[in-house]
Amino acid sequence: MRPTLRLLDDGLIDRIVSEARDIVCTLGVEIHNPGLLDMLDAHGARVDKAAARAFLNESIVDRAIASAPAGFKLYDVHGRQTHHFSGDQVHFTPGSAAINILDGETGAIRKPTTADYIRYVKVVSGLPHIASQSTAFIPADVPSRISDSYRLYLSLLYGEKPVVTGAFTIEAFEVMKDLQLAVRGSEQALAEKPLAIFSCCPTAPIKWSDVTSQNVIDCARYSVPVEFVSMPLSGFMSPVTLVGSLVQHTAETLSGVVISQIARPGTPVLWGGSPAIFDIRYETTPMGAIETMMMDCAYSEIGHFLGLPTQAYISLSDAKQLDAQAGLETGMGATLAALSGINSVSGPGMLDFESCQSLEKLVVDNEICGMTKRLVRGIEPRDDFPARPIFEELLREKHLLIAKHTRRHLREEIGFPGPVIDRANHARWLEEGALTLGARARHEVARLVAAYQPSGLSADVTGELTRIMQAEARRHGMDALPERAT
Amino acid sequence: MTVLTEIAESLQRGEDDRVGHLVRDAIEQQVPALDILNNALLAGMSVIGEQFRLREIFLPDVLLAARAMYAGLDLLKPLLARDGVPRAGRVVLGSVQGDLHDIGKNLVGIMLEGAGFEVIDLGSDVPAKRFVDAAEAHGASVIGVSALLTTTMPVMKAVVELVRARGLNGRLSVIVGGAPVSDAWAREIGADGYGYDAANAVERVRALVK
Ligand code: B1M
Repeated sequence: MRPTLRLLDDGLIDRIVSEARDIVCTLGVEIHNPGLLDMLDAHGARVDKAAARAFLNESIVDRAIASAPAGFKLYDVHGRQTHHFSGDQVHFTPGSAAINILDGETGAIRKPTTADYIRYVKVVSGLPHIASQSTAFIPADVPSRISDSYRLYLSLLYGEKPVVTGAFTIEAFEVMKDLQLAVRGSEQALAEKPLAIFSCCPTAPIKWSDVTSQNVIDCARYSVPVEFVSMPLSGFMSPVTLVGSLVQHTAETLSGVVISQIARPGTPVLWGGSPAIFDIRYETTPMGAIETMMMDCAYSEIGHFLGLPTQAYISLSDAKQLDAQAGLETGMGATLAALSGINSVSGPGMLDFESCQSLEKLVVDNEICGMTKRLVRGIEPRDDFPARPIFEELLREKHLLIAKHTRRHLREEIGFPGPVIDRANHARWLEEGALTLGARARHEVARLVAAYQPSGLSADVTGELTRIMQAEARRHGMDALPERAT
Repeated sequence: MTVLTEIAESLQRGEDDRVGHLVRDAIEQQVPALDILNNALLAGMSVIGEQFRLREIFLPDVLLAARAMYAGLDLLKPLLARDGVPRAGRVVLGSVQGDLHDIGKNLVGIMLEGAGFEVIDLGSDVPAKRFVDAAEAHGASVIGVSALLTTTMPVMKAVVELVRARGLNGRLSVIVGGAPVSDAWAREIGADGYGYDAANAVERVRALVK
C-alpha cells in the first residue's frame, strides 16, 4: 500500500472548485495582454477590454480541463525519458531562480557567478534523487537582461538532466526556445520529447501580466510544458483561511489552464504553485510554515481531483544557513509532498524565502528526497509468508547477515544514504574527524564536482548553443561570455 | 484627559470613526489644526511606529492606526492648506520597469502614508523617466524605487542617473529597496538610501527629508 496523506475530502474539494469557477466566470480574470483578450473573446468569453478583464464561462473551463493532459513525460538532453508526471509519482527538482548563493567555504550569502553555476550543474548531475536540474540561481557576472536565458544555456551545456526554468521577459522566451531547439534538432522533436518546464505566474488576486501570460502562450506554441505558480499570500493578498486561499489558488490556476489550452489544446501543464502564509511580524512569505505546506498538499489534491499532474514549491526552508531549521522545514515539506503525491516537487537547496541556494544544502536535501521516496514505496510483503522458514534459519545460524533472503532483499528494503548522513558510532565519528553536517556536505560537494563527467552532447550541438548565447550576449553589450562558459 | 490625548489614544486603538468625531470636536473647540496634527495624530502614530519597531505590535495594527489617522487628517487637510502647513514630505513610489512585484512596494507606501508622507504611487513596471517626470510634476523630494528581480535592478541606476542628468540631485533623493537590493548596491549606483523593510524605509526617508 502506498502511504498517502489526505487533507481535503471530495465534498470540500468540490465546493472549493465550484466557488473558484464561479469567481473566474462572474468576477472574471484581470488580463493585461490585448492579444490574449482577443483569443478569449474568440473562444466565447465575455471580454471587457477597457477594464482588462475576461469573464470565463463553464464551457471554456470544462473544455480546458478536458484537453489538458492527465500526465506527460520529460526527457534529458539525449532524449532519454527521466520523468513521468502522472498518478502519484514524485520527482524532485532544486528550488529555482535564487538571487543569492550561500558560499560553502566562507559562509557568506553573496551574488552567484558563472563558476558557481557550473559547480551547481556538476553537483546536481551526480545527485541520484534529484531527477532534473532547475535553473537554480542567477549568475550576476553577465548583463542582467540575459541572465535568465544564460542559466538555461549553462544547464544545457554542462548537464544532461532536463530543466525546470522560466523566462523573466517576453523576449527571453525566444532565446530559451532556440536553445532547446538546438538540443532537440527540430520543433517536432522538442514537442515529442519536452526538455524543460517553464514556470509562469499569475499575480494575486486572479490577474495575469502581459509577460507571464505571453510566456504561457509562447510555451503552448512549442508544446513546452508549463507549471502555473500561483502565490496567494494568506491574510494579505488572499483570504486568511486556508480554504479561502485554496479557492483563490484554484481560480488563478484554472485561468492559467484555460490560457494554455486555448493557445494550443493538449499543452502539457502542471497544476502548481507557491502559496504562502504572510508573516505579519516580519513582512515575509514563509515557505517553511506548516500552513504553507498544508496549502501545497491540499491544492495538489485539487489538481489531482481535476485529473491534472501537480507541482509545488515545498521542501525548502527560510533559514539562512544549513542549520537545524533548514533540515526541519525541508524534511517536513519533502515528506508531506511525497505522501501527497505531488508530481514535481521544487525546493531542494533553497533557503531564505526562495532567495538563496546552497550546494551544501542541496546534497543534504538529496538524502531527504531519497528517504521520502523510500517512505512512499511503503511496506510490501516480499518473501515473508510463510514466516517460519526464515525464523528457523535465524535460530539455526544465529544471524541472517549472509542469508539468501537478506542478500535478495537488502537493497530493495533498505536505502543507505550517502556520507552526509552521519551513522557512525561515536568513536568512529571522532576518528574520522568529528565532522559537522556542514563539513560533510562541503566534502560531498567537492567529491561530486570532481566526479563530474562532461555532458555527452555533440560538439555541433554545444557549438550551436554557444553561438546562440554569444549572439544574445553581444546584443546586450557583452562581447565575450565569461570564461569557462563556452 | 485633553481632547488631543484622547484622539492620540483612540488612534492607537485603530478607532477610525471615533478619531473622526473627536477631531471634529477639537476643530469646533478652536484647537489649531497644526496642534491637532502634531500633538494628536502624528503623536499617536509615532507611538505606533515605535511599538512596531520594537515588534510589540504588527503590521495590521499599524494599518488600522493609519486608517484612523486618515479619518482625522482628511478633516484637517482643508484647514492645513488654508494655514499653509506643509506635510511631512512628498514621495513618488513605484516598482521598476519589467518588474511586476509590488507587494513590498505597497507596504512601503502604506507605512510612509502612516508616517504622514504624501505618496504618489506609480504602480509597477515603471520606466526611469516616469519616476523623474512624476517627481518633478508633483514637487516630490524623494523617489522610492522597488525591484525584486536581479534583471530589473539596473533600472534603479537609470533613475539615479536621470535625476543627476536633470540637475535635481540635492533637491530630489532616491531611496531603493527590494529582495535583491542591498546597501552596497545602493552605494554602487549612487542612491541616497536603502531600506530593508517598510519601517526601515520610513526611517530612511525621514532622514532624507530632514
Ligand atoms: C523605495 O524603498 C524601498 C524600501 C524597501 C523596500 C522597497 C522599496 N521595496 C521592498 N522593500 C522592502 O520592504 C518590503 C516590506 O518589508 C520588502 O519587500 P519584499 O517584496 O521583499 O517583501 C514582501 C513584503 C513579501 N515578498 C514578496 O512579495 C515577494 C515574494 C516572492 C516569493 C515572489 C512573489 C510573491 C511573486 N513573484 Co516572484 N517572487 C519572488 C519572491 C521571493 C522573495 N524572497 O522575495 C521572487 C523575487 N520572484 C522571482 C521570479 C523569478 C519571478 N516572480 C514572478 C512573479 C511573482 C508573482 C506574481 C507570483 C508574485 C508577486 C505578486 C506581486 N503582486 O508582487 C515572475 C516575475 C515576472 C516579472 N517580470 O516581474 C518570475 C520571473 C517568475 C516567472 N518565471 O514567472 C524570483 C527572483 C529571481 C531573481 N533572481 O531575480 C524570486 C526570488 C522567487 C524565486 N526564487 O523564484 C523589502 O524588500
